[in-house]
Amino acid sequence: MVTVASWGRLDRRPHDVYDFSDRSQIVQQLRQTAPGIAFGMGRSYGDVCLNPDGSLWRMSGLDRFLSFDESTGRIYCEAGVLLRDIQQLAVPRGWMLPVTPGTQIVTVGGAIANEVHGKNHHVLGTFGHHVVRLVLQRTDGERIECSPKTNAEWFAATVGGLGLTGVVLAAELQLRRVAGPWLVTETQPFHTLDEFFVFADGAEHAWEYTVAWIDCLSKEGKGLFMRGNHIDGGVRPDPAVRSKKMPFTPPISLVNRLSLRPFNTAYFNLKKNAGREVVHYAPFFYPLDNLLEWNRMYGPAGFYQYQSVVPRSVGRDAIGAMLREISRSGEGSFLAVLKTFGSQSSVGMLGFPQPGVTLALDFQNKGVATHRLFSRLDSIVAEAGGRIYPAKDARMPKTLFEAGYPALVKFLPYRDPGISSALSRRLMGK
Amino acid sequence: MDTALDLTLVGRDQQKLEAVAADLRIRSPRSEVRTVIGDFVNPKAIEAQVDTITAEGTVDLVLIAHGNLPNQAGCQTDLSACAQALHINALSPVMYAEAFVRGMEQVDHGTLAVIGSVAGDRGRKSNYVYGAAKGLVERYAQGLQHRLANTRVNVVLIKPGPTQTPMTVALGSAYARMAPVEKVAKIIIAGIAARKPVVYAPGKWAVIMLIIRNLPRFVFNKMDI
Repeated sequence: MVTVASWGRLDRRPHDVYDFSDRSQIVQQLRQTAPGIAFGMGRSYGDVCLNPDGSLWRMSGLDRFLSFDESTGRIYCEAGVLLRDIQQLAVPRGWMLPVTPGTQIVTVGGAIANEVHGKNHHVLGTFGHHVVRLVLQRTDGERIECSPKTNAEWFAATVGGLGLTGVVLAAELQLRRVAGPWLVTETQPFHTLDEFFVFADGAEHAWEYTVAWIDCLSKEGKGLFMRGNHIDGGVRPDPAVRSKKMPFTPPISLVNRLSLRPFNTAYFNLKKNAGREVVHYAPFFYPLDNLLEWNRMYGPAGFYQYQSVVPRSVGRDAIGAMLREISRSGEGSFLAVLKTFGSQSSVGMLGFPQPGVTLALDFQNKGVATHRLFSRLDSIVAEAGGRIYPAKDARMPKTLFEAGYPALVKFLPYRDPGISSALSRRLMGK
Repeated sequence: MDTALDLTLVGRDQQKLEAVAADLRIRSPRSEVRTVIGDFVNPKAIEAQVDTITAEGTVDLVLIAHGNLPNQAGCQTDLSACAQALHINALSPVMYAEAFVRGMEQVDHGTLAVIGSVAGDRGRKSNYVYGAAKGLVERYAQGLQHRLANTRVNVVLIKPGPTQTPMTVALGSAYARMAPVEKVAKIIIAGIAARKPVVYAPGKWAVIMLIIRNLPRFVFNKMDI
């Protein structure tokens, strides 16, 4: 038994950990150790990747590239390959992953299972839209190859399927062309939510990447709107990458009522005049990847991330209401992100992104007080007809999950009976 | 990544070896990656394999990295398990090294790196058969370094601490606390580039093993390690 925690560090419980590194042995390994759940890099925040007192299948040893066609940008790899490794391989050859989340230290399998999205959702949709095919290993020994055309139902169940339909062994992805690693970005300060929506709507046609940082303590919704496009930046020196590491878990959260307000104010004032810059993709897409184990800064009790999406028609009001609740509670964190999604719906039956606007915030775990705030936010999300992101979740009520994901009924028959996670037991009963 | 290498992989399992080769070819498209199914036990077969590889061109770097972790209790009750463990972890790397070094000495060029282990630094009850094999590799590397001291052939002995690899995965909860393989790999690459005679990976093991080696016997024998 090994103690395993997910990114939120809420729960440190023993698991029977099995390392998978050889595809030819997996059928046997699964048969011997099921029920369990596949585990990539443990970057999901809640319990989607956990199975306390049960089996955990570590996939990061399945990290081989299987083929790469430089003329078409099709890359085929094992599921434990990191997005970082694909970027490092592809960018010097003029290709890049079309969609990546805020960290590249995640596996391909994890990106599929959680149908992750990025700052360009309004242009390129989710990670799932660029999966050409995948190989799914069921715990009973059956191996299913699926794509949007063949075994399409299996594909739709597995993309965004939270690892519950089987173990993804390998996937083929379609990369996109880029001239190089450079982006041109612009930062614009906004002082109200209305202003944010004006910026977001105005930027969507001309800018591939849009995202906003908001000061969660400001009731009106003050923040910084950032937009970016790929450019041919020519040959420039790569940024000096210096990884720093949070050396230990501080006894109390470094993000607290005393630190948050000055921090947010300072950040806003520091960046509001940043204007136009040419930046490397890595610090723009993955700003925290060089601060290793930053999740320790919330102290020993860990933290939650609350990420919801609400339809655009009620987006202004619902986001406003959530921000007022958060601001009144004095909780929240420096890491607060607001982004409009485009009109493409998710590939997966349980895929999170849907047309609308998404808000993501970290909250230090303060027990009951934090849960009370979440309940109030839940009511706003429910009333708005929104949903919560399972990859970030450790606590949403079952009713909200069912209301947010009406395709759940369609999804359940595709579950692998040999797979179970803390999340599946919490939200689906087994 | 853009360096073009000419690489020959030697392994036992064709399928696994091909998977590694395919991965390397994709990561480094300008490199030439060949695979050879090796024997690893039979001296004549090893000699023939090495001669074939050496005949293809000058060898710049040899990394001898094979081995397995025997079950110590099994080695104590079953002498053939004991013999097998000594064969694959001690005799086999020595034979490969000896065969490669001939050609390298002739052209007075190249680096031979061989993976020993911190387990070879002092015998202990939980894995002394493996430790003895790795200790033999160390003494062998030392002799080779002495022999080649006045040549341009370098011998690097690498002593990893416990590392997360398929070899150690069966060790359960201890595995989670071991060094990640990428970290150890980086140290090995740097050590080979610097032509260090002995490389502990990670470096902290140099200090730990210095202490372990010098513990008085009456203290050491009381330790349950």
